[in-house]
Amino acid sequence: MSAVQTTSPTQDDTRRRSPMADVFFSLMRSRTFLVGLVIVLFWVACALFGEHFAPYDPLADDIINALAPPSSEHWFGTDQIGRDVFSRVIVGSRDILTVAPLATLLATIAGTALGLLTGYFRGIVDDVVSRILEAFMAIPVVIVALLAIVALGTSKATVIIVIGLSFAPIIARTVRSAVLAERELDYVAAAQLRHESAFHTMFVEILPNVIPPILVETTVRLGYAIFAVATLSFMGFGIQPPSPDWGLSISSNYGMIGGGFWWTVLFDALAIASLVIGVNLVADGVHGALND
Amino acid sequence: MTNSAPTKPAKAENALELTDLSVAYRVAGRNRAVLRNLSLNIRQGEAYGLVGESGCGKSTVALTVVRYLPRNGSILGGVISLDGQDVMKLDAEALRRARAESVSMVYQDPGKALNPSIRIGRQLTEIFELGGVTGQAATDRAIAMLNRVRISDPPSVMQRYPHQLSGGMQQRVAIAMALANDPSMLILDEPTTGLDATVEAEVLDLIAQLRQELSASILFISHNLAVVSNMCDRVGVLYAGMLVEEGPTDVVFNDPRHPYTVALLRCLPRGGQRKDQGRLDTIPGFLPGIGADIKGCAFADRCALADNRCRTELPPLYDLSDERGKRLSRCFHHDKAQALPRATPSDVATAPKPTTAPVLRVAGLNKTYASHGHPLRAVKDVSLDLRPGETLGLVGESGSGKTTFARLLLGLVPPDDGGTIELEGKALAPKLENRGDDQVKAMQIVFQNPDSALNRSHSIRHILSRALKRLAGLSGKAQEARLDDLVRAVRLTDRHLAVKPRQLSGGLKQRVAIARAFAGDPRIVVCDEPTSALDVSVQAAILNLLADLQSKEDVSYIFISHDLGVVRYLSDKIAVLYLGRIMEIGPSEEVFSGPHHPYTEALLSAVPQLDQTETARIRLDGEIPSATNPPPGCVFNTRCPRKIGPICEQQEPPLAEAQPGHSIRCHIPYPELARLQKAVVTEPA
Repeated sequence: MSAVQTTSPTQDDTRRRSPMADVFFSLMRSRTFLVGLVIVLFWVACALFGEHFAPYDPLADDIINALAPPSSEHWFGTDQIGRDVFSRVIVGSRDILTVAPLATLLATIAGTALGLLTGYFRGIVDDVVSRILEAFMAIPVVIVALLAIVALGTSKATVIIVIGLSFAPIIARTVRSAVLAERELDYVAAAQLRHESAFHTMFVEILPNVIPPILVETTVRLGYAIFAVATLSFMGFGIQPPSPDWGLSISSNYGMIGGGFWWTVLFDALAIASLVIGVNLVADGVHGALND
Repeated sequence: MTNSAPTKPAKAENALELTDLSVAYRVAGRNRAVLRNLSLNIRQGEAYGLVGESGCGKSTVALTVVRYLPRNGSILGGVISLDGQDVMKLDAEALRRARAESVSMVYQDPGKALNPSIRIGRQLTEIFELGGVTGQAATDRAIAMLNRVRISDPPSVMQRYPHQLSGGMQQRVAIAMALANDPSMLILDEPTTGLDATVEAEVLDLIAQLRQELSASILFISHNLAVVSNMCDRVGVLYAGMLVEEGPTDVVFNDPRHPYTVALLRCLPRGGQRKDQGRLDTIPGFLPGIGADIKGCAFADRCALADNRCRTELPPLYDLSDERGKRLSRCFHHDKAQALPRATPSDVATAPKPTTAPVLRVAGLNKTYASHGHPLRAVKDVSLDLRPGETLGLVGESGSGKTTFARLLLGLVPPDDGGTIELEGKALAPKLENRGDDQVKAMQIVFQNPDSALNRSHSIRHILSRALKRLAGLSGKAQEARLDDLVRAVRLTDRHLAVKPRQLSGGLKQRVAIARAFAGDPRIVVCDEPTSALDVSVQAAILNLLADLQSKEDVSYIFISHDLGVVRYLSDKIAVLYLGRIMEIGPSEEVFSGPHHPYTEALLSAVPQLDQTETARIRLDGEIPSATNPPPGCVFNTRCPRKIGPICEQQEPPLAEAQPGHSIRCHIPYPELARLQKAVVTEPA
């Protein structure tokens, strides 16, 4: 009778809320999720409308005021050519918040398709594809990035492709294990007894039921993707100057720390950290709500 | 008994006394009543059965007695007195001691009650160590306990882990653990529900024998009325957390005085009832939800006898004690409860079936799996045929190959080379993808578990429309019209179409699954234990539906069930499987009434029956042998109570025709079987 609190098989229909409503209410009660959401939404707002409330043009130099410490005029100080760090941090969220989600989206789509294929067909398809994916996972992102830049040149698109393809195998693995469990359920046999195509069975029958683990994996991957984008920018492989991108700013200013000009780096670093933490809090909340 | 018990017996007389007990679960910020002013007594040494549909609060009673309610459950009022001790007043330490010493519980699933990573011996000795007995003394007592529950070779069992034991053995161990400290009160919560009929019979026999040896009182919770009727002295019928009827078991079941008890008993196919002799009665409507606001009689909405008074005023527990014992009924109309009109008319129109060519013909079907390098013959050399409008019942213990056989027919699993399956005279390809669309739609299945069989992401409308599109080739207006018919045929309504499966009850979900199977006018529908997860009242409705659809559509069924009463109700023909082989096949009535194969005899004898007079019961020893290593000769020889000699171990008997259409795989000649079984079988021929 421990199931009493949720369902009783003798109850009539329509008493219970839909699963999506359950998840929504559960999210709204999760403090983790709400805090994360506020942080993420703050940065999204900055990315969309940053230039309207940034006090200065993030790209305008002002050599006379270069390397000014934080003050009432320049809250976060200025960098080596006098650009306002506060304005640059605000507007600097734009590139990372375009590139990281697009990369994650690409990884999710590719990973889901691969996961469905390997989990559904099993056997030889699974063996071959899974070994290739594992080999791919063994290569560090940076190496892949170097190769891609040689082949495709540096651009945001390259970063999206590099990160998307690097993360796809990880998502594929999660989806595959969910599909393997789903495939054993009788509704899949029922679909086969209607002579449904493999495509229909995978994408119409199975896919909707593996959305929850995909959603969790996607939010978790988004956190990693933000980090990866920042890393690649820092290394000069990703977003190019004069973008006020955080990783790029840290890269061009970190030599200054030795001279005591900490403000040129600290605020960008904090921005990256807060966004990653925010996304991870959201991921935790989603995970909790879906596994209640 | 709060207001009608004439004299309150002295405390020591009762092992358990519940007085005016009310329990609620807190759900979504509201307290929802689960038990409402429940009072009952269990005398020392008495076995008391508690029956009712799922959701009526049976298990909550068990959990409340030992105060093991889930965190959101609370006892709102009443007194629980265990052996004269008020459980509510015990502090944590005293409660722990009471649980350790005077009351024990055995749960439904022994696999979950035993710790999977600790050896049986350790789990048993631990109990004695808590009581201060250690070392060799504890081991000796553990061995004595295992001997007591009739486990042979206890020292070797103690070395094993729970997963290395069969379900029946696990439940014996769980019972041994429960009895370890010689409790005064033993609570059994559906102790045999997950077990095969033969294993269930063993466990019930064990409990019955232990009752003779021990002084413990028993609270026996079950949804299975037949089990309770065989095991218990007195029975209480629970409905929506209220006791609606109570009395000596045989009196309550033979002369019920509450409409709910009457209705429950009518739902069961009894005394060899068959589909062509009438439909089963059903109970309309649903159990009130947890915490529903009940003004009058809780059963009034589903009761054809209910009048205005029933809906507004809670009936008291009338004392109907007579010379047969003390009994109670919570019904204003207890005197005419048995006149409860049927909810489902019994009459059926049956036209005699013309004998036609078989719709399905199976010859020499085999399926061999590879199990750790050894061949595992899941289905061996099965041949049979099925006529239009006929039902073939498949029976046998779990592991006998019933489900594998069904999957071979459907093409979900390809059979070994050599056998043939013919549908309406045309050979079927072994693999589903090589079969024609018409062949695929002609054979459909209703799965055991509708939660697994219905896609939880899709609405009922989507599920059925898709089936109509693929199986009947309908779209647009024609599809909608057919959908309407289909929904009405399985007695669902339009409002069920918009929801997802999880918003429906088990019975409604199974109706959707049946509708889906019938979407393309199939010739054959495989029903794989379609009612085993359902309450008896819902089971009756589903069985009626299947019988109605069959007489209307002339469809054939292959009906798999471990419930022989259900199989008998629906089947025209029965095949008994053991280790993948057909041991007996023949017309339903002949297989049931005998003479039959010794295995069939044992299966039938294992089933607890409501109207059972004490018969010599046949018990099968041990477990079904592994299919990777079947016994030589007749595969049943290791457990056969009628084994005649070495021939059984050396030579596999052929499936020989004993009567026209009735074949038995046994070395004992048919007339000899008839002579042997006449003495034992009390089944009316």
